[in-house]
Amino acid sequence: MTTFIFILKKEFRQIFRDPAILRLIFIMPMLQLIVLPFAADYEIKNIKIGIIDHDHSDYSRTLVSKIENSTYFRLTGYTHTFKEGLQWIEDEKADLVIEIPHRFEATLIRESKADVLLAINAVNGTKGNLGAAYTLGIIQQFNQNIRVEWFQMPEFNPEPMIDVTYTSLYNPHRNYQLFMVPGILAVLLTMVGGFLSALNIVKEKEIGTIEQLNVSPIKKYQFIMGKIVPFWLLGFVILTVGLVISFIVHGIVPGSNIYVLYVFSALYLFAILGFGLLLSNFTNTQQQAMMVAFFFMLIFILLSGLYTPIESMPPWAQVVAAFNPVSYMVEVMRMVLLKGATIKDIWPHIRIIFVFGVVLNFFAIYSYNKTN
Amino acid sequence: MKQLIAFVRKEIYHIIRDKKTLLVLFGLPVIQILLFGFALSNEVKNTKLFILDMSKDTYSQQLTEKLHASKYFEVEGEIFRIEDAYDLLRAGKAHMVVVIPAQFVYQLNHNHSSTIQLITDGANPNMSSTIQMYATAVVNDFRNDVFGKFELPYTIEVRSRMLYNPQLKGAYTFVPGVIAMILMIICTLMTSVSIVREKELGNMEMLLVSPMNPLIVIFSKTIPYLVLSLIIVTVILTMSVTILDVPIRGNIILLYVVCLIFIVASLALGLVISTITDSQQVAMMISLMGLMLPTLMFGGFMFPIENMPIPLQVVSNVVPAKWFYYSINSIMIKGLGLKSVFKEVLILIGYCLVFLTISYKKFKIRLA
Amino acid sequence: MSSNYSIVANQLTKIFGEFKAVDEISFHVEKGEIFGFLGANGAGKTTAMRMLTGLIKPTSGKATVAGFDIFTESEQIKRNIGYMSQKFSLYQDLKVWENIEFYGGLYGMNKMEINTATAELLEKLELTKEINVLVGDLPLGWKQKLAFSISIIHKPNIVFLDEPTGGVDPVTRRQFWNLIYEAAERGITIFVTTHYMDEAEYCQRVAIMVDGKIEAMDEPARLKRDFKTNSMDDVFYRLARQAKRSDP
Repeated sequence: MTTFIFILKKEFRQIFRDPAILRLIFIMPMLQLIVLPFAADYEIKNIKIGIIDHDHSDYSRTLVSKIENSTYFRLTGYTHTFKEGLQWIEDEKADLVIEIPHRFEATLIRESKADVLLAINAVNGTKGNLGAAYTLGIIQQFNQNIRVEWFQMPEFNPEPMIDVTYTSLYNPHRNYQLFMVPGILAVLLTMVGGFLSALNIVKEKEIGTIEQLNVSPIKKYQFIMGKIVPFWLLGFVILTVGLVISFIVHGIVPGSNIYVLYVFSALYLFAILGFGLLLSNFTNTQQQAMMVAFFFMLIFILLSGLYTPIESMPPWAQVVAAFNPVSYMVEVMRMVLLKGATIKDIWPHIRIIFVFGVVLNFFAIYSYNKTN
Repeated sequence: MKQLIAFVRKEIYHIIRDKKTLLVLFGLPVIQILLFGFALSNEVKNTKLFILDMSKDTYSQQLTEKLHASKYFEVEGEIFRIEDAYDLLRAGKAHMVVVIPAQFVYQLNHNHSSTIQLITDGANPNMSSTIQMYATAVVNDFRNDVFGKFELPYTIEVRSRMLYNPQLKGAYTFVPGVIAMILMIICTLMTSVSIVREKELGNMEMLLVSPMNPLIVIFSKTIPYLVLSLIIVTVILTMSVTILDVPIRGNIILLYVVCLIFIVASLALGLVISTITDSQQVAMMISLMGLMLPTLMFGGFMFPIENMPIPLQVVSNVVPAKWFYYSINSIMIKGLGLKSVFKEVLILIGYCLVFLTISYKKFKIRLA
Repeated sequence: MSSNYSIVANQLTKIFGEFKAVDEISFHVEKGEIFGFLGANGAGKTTAMRMLTGLIKPTSGKATVAGFDIFTESEQIKRNIGYMSQKFSLYQDLKVWENIEFYGGLYGMNKMEINTATAELLEKLELTKEINVLVGDLPLGWKQKLAFSISIIHKPNIVFLDEPTGGVDPVTRRQFWNLIYEAAERGITIFVTTHYMDEAEYCQRVAIMVDGKIEAMDEPARLKRDFKTNSMDDVFYRLARQAKRSDP
């Protein structure tokens, strides 16, 4: 045990004397958490709409002005031909165009029915869907106003109607930052934990001190744990710094069950550090270690549900995501920070990440050879 | 000239012998393309749904069946109390709970109106809007099924045409992003680290003491990475065209020329970094944190620039990858020519010159 | 195996793929002896030493170090030996006393023992004032003397030194060897590899390796007599002329 304390002392001293690591630990979180959520805004807004009004009637003009005044849209302009409208879409000057046909008002009054055409750039599916939905909403509202003008609804409506009400939990202001920040924090923990531990053993390999250790009576598990513990503690520091920044900059208030997050993070860091060390056993230079670590980190992050939802992935990808520890961290982070999850809620996640931790560290210790 | 070849050959040996790194350099873009092409999308499906059916009559069962049948939803089960809904949503076991009120049949047939409540996990605003929309559509469909399509007088019917066939499988636009990222890794990260490693190991001194013109030494370090970059770009383009059906609508020569300019700019950037530090770790940190991260964030291929607050949009203009990305996109996907991307190409060339000049000056100082 | 010998090797061999780095060498080292393993670079000295210290597994043959079998009891061996690697491995970013504390602790010394040892060591090396200096900031000669002293701080039975005097000036080299003599006088067996032939004179016995084999093994004086030369350099040249492997 005392040997272990000596090892820890050495590791801590080395960490604090290394300016690069310290900079990494504090600057990275700040940068990522402060800037990234503002940049990573997928909210659909400022949809560019082009208007083709063939009618120029009162009704058409009212409808057009309603669209213009909507905060969802930014007017690209007016044109007389549908062809030009399509060209706008091709040139990405407009995301959708609406065409109001000739004699729109007359047709609507005379025949009680009229058409309007929307052409939508659906390359970005979400944008297309939402653009259509917003436009539809405005038109329906406008439609209802006209109906009321002309038509008195009977007291007793013969046609059954179903009203749909919406209750949206956890993000009342529909703030995309709120959604992204926990994910980014999870990725941050992952990158710092994974990279630092991967580089660590390799550095000793490169400068040669590892030989000295291999010849000594140090036990493998002492060596590996000696590498993990300091970074594990640092992980908590980063988590805390990250939470503070999230609070100050983005107003994310952790609930009273924040300890849940720390419990999970403890296990998660253990797993990720083990993974980094495992990588480190198989690489010989720092450059190699960094490349390989980066490779895995990128795949893990892409498949973690941070960027695109796991439910949208094909089955094979979902299986892979199930083996991806990062996906659990992202989910837990979101659950605790956004939804106020309890320990019971994340119990399945805890079980899984515990297994990850044990398995990864076991292999890290096993694959470390004092003798080659 | 012969000396240059000798040096370049040595560098090539270094690169080829490092199998692990080589694997990563080829593997990264390949895996990214596979993932982006086949795994990552925002398409709505398998949304986990739970139903709180307080009626359990014919209509409610019909509605439930319709939800089952929808490709967007995965009805996982039923709950019996409203509290359970909140528990499930909080635990992430449900994305949405559909609440069918009591006496559904009676309400619809006698009162002619009823209310369905949708409780949604609103953490992801876009997703929640979309699934609410789809769920509402199913409800309306159900209504129309049972009671016939309802024609109100004075109805404006909206016909929508979704253009370009909404594949929803991630736009083509990630391919240029993949290219930009791997080029930054190879040209900036690896070049700078390679040079700095020689400094760290002390070999640089030896090289500088040799009768070689030191600039040739530096130059020889960049050539293999340039070649490697072009090879990998070709691999990426081939994959995109054959596996993903991404078109190359524009002039392919122009495409390569633009890539080449970006490669040179990135290499020059790598050279600049190598003059700033003597430690491999620092070179790596600067390349990754200082360059690649901003490239990913502000290059325009991951996050839409037009959504960013103005100061960040300004920052994005400084990132060379942004201009590269726009040019590649225009040439590859839209098939435009030099005239349309002239401004962007000029800016990239400007970056080349700036970085080359800075690195040249810095090297001269060190060697003087 | 006789336990009077510190190290015994019997037909020790190491093959890397097709390449026989060490070719069936056999030798023994007495307790308290200063035993030198000489040879050109690539002759196999370092590989041989790494087998004895448990860093690599031999392909065939047997050996015991401090009475323990290198195949089955390598962990016990490690507790009883000291090692100074060629790459010189103290932690450059740790202070002098921090390195001492670490390695002392690694070998199971407690705080009190470490403190005493530190004071003694620093006094002997006249580094007491440099106790708080980062090792990376010390001149090369001091680093090496420090590395040697640390390698025997836990009072091992044997210490293995792999090319310990590379790049160091002759005066410092003499001082270094004085340290080695002192250690030997205290009963520590010294196993040292080197390609400086003049250092052979300092050893009690040497083995000269050529192309993986031991071509000569004896006291330096006797070797010089047998080869009818005045210096170990010449002894080596005679042997090495037939060498097929040499430093690239």
